[in-house]
Amino acid sequence: MTQFWRQALAIVKRDLIVEGRSRETLAVVLPFAAAAVFVVPFATDALEARLSTIAYPVYWLVALLFGMQVALRQTGVESQAQRRQLSLLGVDPVARFAGRVIAGSALVLLVLAVTAPLIFLFYNPEAIPRPWTMAGVLVLFALGIAMLSTLAGDVTTGLAARTTLASLLVVPVSVPLLLGAAQTLESLIRGRTTLPWVLTLVITDLVLAVTGVLTARSLEESNT
Amino acid sequence: MPDPLVVLDHVSVRFGPTPILSSVDLRVEAGQVVGVAGPNGIGKTTLLGVVATLVPISSGKGSVLGATLGTQDARGVRSRIGWSGHDPALYDQLTLRENLHLIADLAALDRATADEALERVGLTAAGHRRSADASNGMRRRTDLASLLMRRPDLVLLDEAHAGLDSEADTIIDALVKVTTRKGGGVIMVSHDAERLRDETDVVIALDRAT
Repeated sequence: MTQFWRQALAIVKRDLIVEGRSRETLAVVLPFAAAAVFVVPFATDALEARLSTIAYPVYWLVALLFGMQVALRQTGVESQAQRRQLSLLGVDPVARFAGRVIAGSALVLLVLAVTAPLIFLFYNPEAIPRPWTMAGVLVLFALGIAMLSTLAGDVTTGLAARTTLASLLVVPVSVPLLLGAAQTLESLIRGRTTLPWVLTLVITDLVLAVTGVLTARSLEESNT
Repeated sequence: MPDPLVVLDHVSVRFGPTPILSSVDLRVEAGQVVGVAGPNGIGKTTLLGVVATLVPISSGKGSVLGATLGTQDARGVRSRIGWSGHDPALYDQLTLRENLHLIADLAALDRATADEALERVGLTAAGHRRSADASNGMRRRTDLASLLMRRPDLVLLDEAHAGLDSEADTIIDALVKVTTRKGGGVIMVSHDAERLRDETDVVIALDRAT
């Protein structure tokens, strides 16, 4: 294994152990995500046909907002002393970015996995014809949200209004991700081609990945 | 005679309009222990940040481990620098041993080196404790163990003695000896000038006019 991937995997392991033991992020975010899925039917006339129609839009909205919160909170795991230590250990900033994105994606996927059965339970939506295609789309969506949140977290590190500002940065840029994921699902259900929307997701992820790689070093310099 | 490890020549640092360091000169030779004394808030930690190549200088010039400050080369020497301070860079949810294993993994060292370092600081039995549940002394010792394990060429100690018992002081002494014997250098900063005079070869004082 190359030094790059050894460092990236060490960061992944660190973030997942820290989250697994503290449960700071998931214990706060997951119950609210589940509650959001549960309470939306009370804000409608609760007709089964109506609930079935809004099922997937509710899912994507919950996935975006709560996935973003998970990824943003997770980016705040390092103190200044820890960031300094990573620099002095010679950790490649790109490996650090990759590690944090992989860990963040895993946590976002967990939010997506927990809320999906609730949607089926409470909303009775139309069945998804090719679930494996959809699973791939969820991975692309989670990666995008994690990259976007990691970038926003780094840009706003040290600012007093970090949480607010980072959320404001993430929401507009996440539109292509939301559009790609939601339209892929819609196309699957309607039997239309999913290619344009899958490509939208892939290209957005690629743009975010390239941005992360190109800015990792300068963001690290400004944050240590 | 080997080149000095650190040379700062009239180095100044400003954060926006605020001057933090003004025209500081510093020289650390191979095998030397240099003390930097001064009251709290005078910029001692910022000075260490400059030497660690993490804080950019506003004016003046300098080099660290042969790399000129402000150049791309300076980044390359960071892995040869170790820093221990009053705020150990440990993760609360990881055990003391896991913290050292993480450092070993990131620095491409054998994990056995981490276990040996833990033993050297007398924490083998306490290695399973989460950092959040360990005493400040244990956390500081673990931080020092990370330097014993990495054996950097330049060791920066930021108020390293503060809050440590005499047993932990011997760990610092051992770290200083290991570093200087191999031709490395140590910079200790403290508000306690008396102590620095006892433990270092040269003491420079930072004051408001510096």
